[in-house]
Parts: sequence; C-alpha cells; structure tokens
Amino acid sequence: MIGKTAVDKSFSNPVQNKSVIESKPKPKRSIPKLILYIVLSVMAIVCFIPFLMMLVNATRSNEAILSGFTLIPGSSLVENYQTMMSYINIWAGFKNSLIISVLVTLLSGYFSALTAYGFAFYMFKGKNAMFVFMLVMMMVPGQLGLIGFYELSKTLGILDTYIPLIIPAAASPFVVFFLRQYIITTLHPSLIEAARIDGASEFKIFHTIAIPIMMPAIATMSIFTFIGSWNNYIMPLVVLFSPEKFTLPVLMGFLKGSQVAQNLGSMYLGIAISVVPIMIAFLFLSKYIVNSISAGSIKE
Amino acid sequence: MKNLNRYGYVFIAPFWIIFLVFSIYPVLLTFYYSFTNYSGSGEAQVVGLANYKRLLTDTYFVEAFFNTWKIWGVNFALQIGLALILAMIFSDMRMKLKGLAFFRSIFYLPNLITISSVALLFGILLDWQHGSLNMMLMKLGIISDPINWLNEPTTAQLSVSLILTWMWFGHSFIVVMAGVSGISKDYYEAALIDGANRWQTFSKITIPLLKPILLYIMITSLIGGLQLFDLPMLLTDGIGSPDGSLNTMVLYLYNQAFKYNNYGYAAAVAYGLFVITLIFSAFIFKGMYGKERKQPRQV
Repeated sequence: MIGKTAVDKSFSNPVQNKSVIESKPKPKRSIPKLILYIVLSVMAIVCFIPFLMMLVNATRSNEAILSGFTLIPGSSLVENYQTMMSYINIWAGFKNSLIISVLVTLLSGYFSALTAYGFAFYMFKGKNAMFVFMLVMMMVPGQLGLIGFYELSKTLGILDTYIPLIIPAAASPFVVFFLRQYIITTLHPSLIEAARIDGASEFKIFHTIAIPIMMPAIATMSIFTFIGSWNNYIMPLVVLFSPEKFTLPVLMGFLKGSQVAQNLGSMYLGIAISVVPIMIAFLFLSKYIVNSISAGSIKE
Repeated sequence: MKNLNRYGYVFIAPFWIIFLVFSIYPVLLTFYYSFTNYSGSGEAQVVGLANYKRLLTDTYFVEAFFNTWKIWGVNFALQIGLALILAMIFSDMRMKLKGLAFFRSIFYLPNLITISSVALLFGILLDWQHGSLNMMLMKLGIISDPINWLNEPTTAQLSVSLILTWMWFGHSFIVVMAGVSGISKDYYEAALIDGANRWQTFSKITIPLLKPILLYIMITSLIGGLQLFDLPMLLTDGIGSPDGSLNTMVLYLYNQAFKYNNYGYAAAVAYGLFVITLIFSAFIFKGMYGKERKQPRQV
C-alpha cells in the first residue's frame, strides 16, 4: 500500500532550498498558492456540478426543470418518486445488482485464492504452460466471446437467469495472477510444511493459513471485482430479458425508453437513487480505494 | 511429497473447468461463427471468409473505427494532461500543497458511478433546449445561444470525450501520483541543489521515471477505449446518432448481433476488434520495452 503518507514523506524535506530558489528567480515560482487552490477548487466544482444538478433537479417538477436552471431545491421529491415507482421498481434493480455483485465477489475471491495457492505451492506437470496460457487469455477483451457466450447460455438454457452473470466469476485470471504474486512473497513454504507435520490436511492448510494471509490482497481485488460487476452493462443487457430481473445499469437503460423519460424530475430522481449509495459508500472507503488503485498499478 | 503435489490439480481444477466452459469455449465458438452466416436461429452455414471480406469494405465499421479513435484520443490527451499537471502541482516540494486526499477523492468520484447512470444523466443535462447545462451556461453568460450538444456530430463526439475525461482523469491522477511516490526523493533534492526549476525537474526527472506507469495507463485506457459501448449506447438512440458519429466498434458489434440478428457478421466484427486491439497493444508494449532498456529503472 503506497498512499498519501509515502507521498508526503518524499516531498516534505526541502533542506536548504530557500537560498537556491531566491538566487535564481524564475517567473513560474511566483504563482501564488492561493491561485492554485482557487483553480483546484473550480475543478472540484466542475467535477461535482453534474451531481449537484442531478440532486437538485430530482426535487423539482418537470415544469420547473423545463422553465429554467437553478441550484435551489424544489418541493416535488415525493411526487417524482411516486411517478417513477409507478413505472419501474428501482429497488428491485438495486437488490438484483447487489445479489449478483456480492456473489460474484465471493466466488471470484474464493476460487481465485484457491487457484493462486495451487499454482504457488504445488509442483505438477504443465503448471507453467497453464499459467502462461492464463496470462495470455488475460489480454483477450471480454467482447471477443460475447456472441459465443450468448449462444452457450442459450444452449445450456440459462438465459434470463443470473447464472451466466455469476458463475464465470470463479475464473478471474487477473485476480489469480495478483493473488499468486502476493502469496508467493507473503507465505513461506516452511509454514505449510510445519502444518503438514502437525497433521493438517491440504484444504485445512489452505483455509486456516493461506486464506487469512491472503486476505488483504483478496480485499483489494474484491473492491474492483465488486465495482466491475456492479457497473457491468453489456452482459446483463444481453443475457436478461425480464424487467423484474434487470440489474441497476440495465434498468437505467430501460428507464430511458420508458414513460418516466417524459417527466424529467422523476428521471433525475431515478438516476440519483442509482448514484447516491455509491457516493455514500465512497465517502467511507475513499482512502482504501485510492490506496488499492495505487497498489494495483505499481505491482504491474 | 509426490503424493501431495497432486493436490495442485485439485486446487486449480474449478478454475479451469469454468474458464474453459465460459471463457475459452465462447471465444472459439465466436471464431467459428465468424465464418458462417448464422442468424441466431436455425442452421449456421459456413460461408468462408465472406464476413471478413465484408468487414474490410464496410464503411460503417471503418467509420466506427475512426469514431472510436477520435473519441478516445481527445479524451486521453485531456485526461493524461490533467493528471500530469495535477501530479506536478501536488508533487512539487517547494509548494507543499495541502488537501491532496480531498481533491483526489473529488476528482476520482465520477469514475465509480455506473456508466449507464452517467450516460442517462448527461443525456438529459446536455439536452439542447431543456438541458440544465445549456441553461446554466447561458445564465452565467458563457454562451448566448444553446449548444446542440448531442445533435451535431462534432459536439456529440466531443461530449463523449469530455464525459470520459471527467470520469477518468482522477483515476489517472491517482496512478500517476502512485508512480511519483515511488521515485526517490534524492533525485529531487539533487535537482534542487543544482538549481533546476519546476519545469526542468518535472520534465527531466519525473516524466522519464514515470514512463512505465504512463505506458501502463495508456494501454489500459486504450483497451478500455476500444471497447467503448455504454456511453454511446445510452447517450443517444443506441445506433450511433447523430449521423453515425457515436457509432463505436462494440456498439456496432452489439447492434449487428442483437438488433439485426447478423450473428455471423458480428462475430467477424468481434475478431476484427480483437486484431486491432492486439496490434496497438503490441505497438505500445514494444515502446515500453524499448524505453526501459535505455534507462536506469526506478522501482
């Protein structure tokens, strides 16, 4: 984890630079900090304003939105909610997305750990070839197999179910790769040997020793797996047909084509409901997520 | 011991069974379909290379290819530019700006939001007459007439690029900052003592040492960009309006398969896209290794 502290430490030690700076004045150095803070704040506002408009407009009536722009909230929140709910049940989409994403994350975490452990601590024929093959397949974009995947699901009779959205998560090459790198450096084989001498079975060693050691790495990967599954649009769009089974992203697309689209207030509210929980989650997890991104990119 | 090593197969078996069934087989099946005229039902007839011949002369696909590039290119230039400027500001020893964590979080936030929600949100915010963006810009006096964002090919593509920039520059900023934090402070101190100015320090020390990270951002961004689908699908009518300007390669693939039932041809489009991705990734990879050999590496 390379986070803020590391950054701060590396740059908070200007020794005798004062004199160096003053002896060689350059125009760029005269930029006052205040201006930079103002520029950064403007950028932050620009970044946030689409969300702000969304939140404000979610409380305004259709007529009010059409008549002009304001950042003062209106009073039509309840009305908008009722209009939206009379056409689509957004909470069902929420529940569906949550079920799928949680199962995908669990499956991906557990089976990737299992596979990573298998690759890391056993010697068997074809191991290296299999690992290299897995790495090569990692480069293949998801859309390449889309049509075959659809046909396979049709043949297996699992279209319009969650199976094709959940089960494939048990084979996540990137997570396996990441966890293998991690466990090789954190778990010493002598620990496994010791457990074997104590009579522990191979699976018991995996569950009681390897999994706990891998947990930080599993957690890091789980964040990305969860976000990826939660935001996935094309797969559920192709696989699911029944509106009551739609995930949140697909439901959003459905919202656009429905009657709700005529009432902008309800539309904004629908979008806001899909966005706000993620914002709240981010509020609590932002440090962790940022650190995970930093760690993930440096490892490669 | 030999006995125990057999467990290796047991541990990796579930992965391989699922991987073969749900990843490898669909890829191979798609490859087979790309040589057929399969239409989603009935028998698939092998038609040889007909789909691939069609692909090379298909103006819609070529157009989709260039659209994807234009949209991605503008977005990437802005995104990496912003990320580097921000990294330069925040990594400056002399400036010691505060609030890194706060700004980083705000800039990164749009990246977490479901793209379909983003597409829907901007679809109505960018509306010509009733969209809040035009209304706000007019109220602030920045523009005098509403801009028809999503109905003109150029502004529509620009809108998608800007939305992508909005979504991704915070992410790139985090990755660049992670790279910067891995650079030894000794370099910066030496530069300070030698009297290097801000720009010299940044261009002569930070950028060269960041090259591997920048190439990493470029590859991941390019692979993601070539698969651009959600935004153009939901921002306008789902077939690339206005005037085919938002028709991207994956959108074309999706519509060919699931809208027009040309599964065989869509499979060829998928492989065309794959080959394009491979060529460009190989190109960038080569750049990465060529560069790395010439420089001392900082880990």
